[in-house]
Amino acid sequence: MAAMPNTPAPARTASTDSVSPAVSPAAGSSSAYQLAQLNVAQLRAPIDSPQLADFVAGLHKINQLAEASPGFVWRLIGDEANPDATYEPAVFAADVLVNLSVWADIDTLWDFAYRGPHLDYLRRRGEWFGDIGERSQVMWWVPAGHRPTEQEGAERLELLRRNGPSPEAFTFRQRHPAPDAG
Amino acid sequence: MDVNKRDDAHGNAQDDALDALAVLADPVRRALFRYVAAAGHDVGRAEAADAVGVQRTLAAHHLDKLAEVGLVDVAFARPAGRSGPGAGRPAKYYRASAGEVAVSVPRREYDAAGLVLADALERLRADDAVAASGRAEGRAAGRAFRAPEGVRESVAEQRERLAAALRARGYEPVVESGVSGADESGADASGSEASGAGESAAGGSGPGDGGGGVVRLRNCPFHRLAEQFPPLVCGMNLALLEGLVEGVGASAWRPRIGSGADGCCVVLEVREGAEASKNNDD
Repeated sequence: MAAMPNTPAPARTASTDSVSPAVSPAAGSSSAYQLAQLNVAQLRAPIDSPQLADFVAGLHKINQLAEASPGFVWRLIGDEANPDATYEPAVFAADVLVNLSVWADIDTLWDFAYRGPHLDYLRRRGEWFGDIGERSQVMWWVPAGHRPTEQEGAERLELLRRNGPSPEAFTFRQRHPAPDAG
Repeated sequence: MDVNKRDDAHGNAQDDALDALAVLADPVRRALFRYVAAAGHDVGRAEAADAVGVQRTLAAHHLDKLAEVGLVDVAFARPAGRSGPGAGRPAKYYRASAGEVAVSVPRREYDAAGLVLADALERLRADDAVAASGRAEGRAAGRAFRAPEGVRESVAEQRERLAAALRARGYEPVVESGVSGADESGADASGSEASGAGESAAGGSGPGDGGGGVVRLRNCPFHRLAEQFPPLVCGMNLALLEGLVEGVGASAWRPRIGSGADGCCVVLEVREGAEASKNNDD
């Protein structure tokens, strides 16, 4: 839920056809695929430090907001007894914040992440997270019902970092439709 | 960024953009375009014709011309819940196109510069500096719309000034009643500003307008940049609008990050307590 990719998309030329990418199949249509997204962020300080206190204090509200958002399917929780605790990474380094979630489609994730209270929360990301120096966000399509793992997310991120965006690992800026999208 | 790769393509793209803009040289077309762009809903031929005061067939001709060059998009729909001619079959509707037309002569690449600069600022996590600059810009722009010294204004009067300042910055403000989703009067309830002439005040809302409500911004002037760098650019925009409100002196109004799916990320609402005491200047 935190870091942004760092690569600018190609500038587009003056023309009438530079259409916004936010065109999607009708929300709510049941697809055989769902969208998985991983994002990682470099914590500037330990999660229990005063510097991160506001971030941690906001987690409950933000998690609730995500779960109540249209299109939300699932998110990775490390400790079911404490669902707002940040996930303790096994693949990524211990000081990396890992967010992994599944959504109905790209637009519902976008609307949660970049509209309303979560966008407001993100505006303070500089106090909490440093520049990870590479792409920090990746998405890919999974069969409906599939629950991705941290390992799987890490592999997709690696794929994106190595080869750039592809249908197997893409970003908001270079979107790819679900495999069964007509 | 592939800024060098498209030397050949650029000429064509520029021709397309110039063609599109040339279509707007006709005053009737321009009026129709502005009306459709500001309407916020799909516009039928009859509505557009009435709005700019021309015959339907003429409006249809010009609207199709606008569609041809991509300035508006066409949709077919059965007129929902409306009677009248064509109620039984799908009618042609027009809406603002998602595309952008930009051309500069001589060639300028401010968009490319904006993207590179935003990327750098994102890497630096320079949100605070960006917000400070945005606020200063907004404050300066707002001052031109400020009430004369010593004049105290109601919430609604402040809203008018604010709306004028917002229009001047390209935000396409529309006033909505405080009750969200309420669709009291059926047709044309989707906001009180319709005229594309840029002169109609945002006010003149329905009876019982206490001067409050919410001002939504139908256009994001930073759309493509905001899509690429949402928190950075929306943060800049929010600060700019906070500055604008300050500059205008519309102290009863407060911008905040909104949650609607379309248009600008920011909405403006009446500051808590401001509606009761209308002349509260904070």
